[in-house]
Amino acid sequence: MTNTLNTFLAETKPDSFADQIQEISALTRRLFIQLIRRPSTLIAGILQPLIWLLLFGALFAKAPDGLVSAGMSYGSFLGAGVIVFTAFSGALNAGLPIMFDREFGFLNRLLVAPLYSRNSIVFASVIYITVISLLQSLAIMITAFFLGYGWPSISGLLLVVMTLLILVFAVTALSLGLAFALPGHIELIAVIFVINLPLLFASTALAPISFMPSWLGWLASINPLTFAIEPIRAAYAGPLHLQMTLLHAPYGNVSGYGCLSVLIGIALGLFLVISPLLNRKLA
Amino acid sequence: MVLIDLQNLIKFYGPVKALNGLSLKVPKSSLYGLLGPNGAGKTTALRILCTLLSPDSGKVFISGIDALKDPRSARKRLGYVAQEIALDKILTGRELLKLQGDLYHLQNNERDEQIEKLTSRLNMADWIDRRCGSYSGGMRRRLDLAAGLLHRPELLVLDEPTVGLDIESRSAIWQLLRELKSSGTTILLSSHYLEEVEALADQIAIIDGGRVIAEGAPDDLKKCLGGDRVTLRVREFSDEDEAQIVRKILLNIGGVQQVVINRAQGFSLNLVVDGEEVLPRLREELLEAKFDLFSLSQSRPSLDDVYLQATGRTLMDAELAIASKRDLKLESKQAMR
Repeated sequence: MTNTLNTFLAETKPDSFADQIQEISALTRRLFIQLIRRPSTLIAGILQPLIWLLLFGALFAKAPDGLVSAGMSYGSFLGAGVIVFTAFSGALNAGLPIMFDREFGFLNRLLVAPLYSRNSIVFASVIYITVISLLQSLAIMITAFFLGYGWPSISGLLLVVMTLLILVFAVTALSLGLAFALPGHIELIAVIFVINLPLLFASTALAPISFMPSWLGWLASINPLTFAIEPIRAAYAGPLHLQMTLLHAPYGNVSGYGCLSVLIGIALGLFLVISPLLNRKLA
Repeated sequence: MVLIDLQNLIKFYGPVKALNGLSLKVPKSSLYGLLGPNGAGKTTALRILCTLLSPDSGKVFISGIDALKDPRSARKRLGYVAQEIALDKILTGRELLKLQGDLYHLQNNERDEQIEKLTSRLNMADWIDRRCGSYSGGMRRRLDLAAGLLHRPELLVLDEPTVGLDIESRSAIWQLLRELKSSGTTILLSSHYLEEVEALADQIAIIDGGRVIAEGAPDDLKKCLGGDRVTLRVREFSDEDEAQIVRKILLNIGGVQQVVINRAQGFSLNLVVDGEEVLPRLREELLEAKFDLFSLSQSRPSLDDVYLQATGRTLMDAELAIASKRDLKLESKQAMR
């Protein structure tokens, strides 16, 4: 009976879809086995943002009135910045495992296999990084809650998750593109270093635009991180209205919908630029 | 029936021509050896066959499938055991095989059965559940071979399968390859070990400078050579100049077909002569020119002689010459995807 059923299932198995699920889950499982056996990166990845939150929060606790909008503590202002920055740096590192697979020849093992789609290699990385970012964000949000910085509403929580997903997708695509375009891991790490902190400081993660010199305000208001930080900050601030102006940029006001549209635009743009590169490298 | 058909492959790495019109036909169920010095283009040819690299021009067919147009169908049919063994040191051997099985879309029960079978066949049971990072070279090679065989490919491609292995692992792998062949798997392996190709292959192709320069059954190739092989030394370690002088003298003797200087053997001279009756004349002529005869030995043609005949140099010399010309950094970059 079971045998007949199995044969039946095998014969009617929608080949391509099941094949792709099988290879994506196998590749993803590999990444998680690595993570569980080498938990130091995860532990550091969770501890680091908490330290940021504590230290920066304490550093600016007595920030002058008017630095952040009325009724908001600096800590709750900072929370959104730390969440976004953490997800961003995690996703920026997404290319490293692939780079090492290239360097050690493990990628050849994957490429010589009859994968239904070589995009499965990319999907596995995206799933892995997304899960880790969400775990990190959760840890930050819980810590922020216990520090008395509040907790977003259900719809706010959804907004946080959605914003993070878009950001992680875009940055993971960028990082994977770099992992195939650059010659080795040294170069990849160098690029990550150069991108990482400047983008943090030239965003609204640590201070609002009104507090910045005008040139930095300009940089911050074209910085992709800013467009992810503001919606998440709004989710913390209270009742959520995405049509409200969230960002007072030098070139004009940007609403919540505006921020998300910019993020989606960046994600799509990066995807369109990078997928031909991946296709060529993985063809 | 022809299983692999490579037609006129050309491949450049920058300015270096790695393949120069390589063509090869491998019959089904044969154990086919590619023999050639390091850098002759064996690995490049195998990587193109396995769809890891595309040629600049030429065609690749695997059991009638155009591997350049339909690489996925080609990949399903072949198992590739690369020269550099890439394992994930965090995974256990079993986890690696499971991953491999999933990438070839085996059903779970079929996959696990195959893993069990190969684990006992390759004596991996004691360590298959340990992490790959702790494996020795022989263990790594056996696991890699198991990974290549997991989906029961009709074609197994091995690039230098026993380089740097202990004798036990080597003979275990040889034994397995012979069994696979007798059960109908076609095996294509590259090697720069003469004795490996001689011991295993029923058909060989000699590759030099990115082309096939001779092919056939090893015995036929040797028989074709004709003549007797003589190795001659005027002193234990000679030098280039002296060897050249002696070579000129020898070439003038009737019955001597060919004289090649063998650098790798201390500038000894390898001769092909018509028959035994030539030997006393060699001694006489050399004494007349005031040279001693340190040693003189006679042998049947070997595969090395086949190579020598085809290229005018020994395999070892070819390797020395190519080694100095190779740009390993460029090659490893080319190999990276």
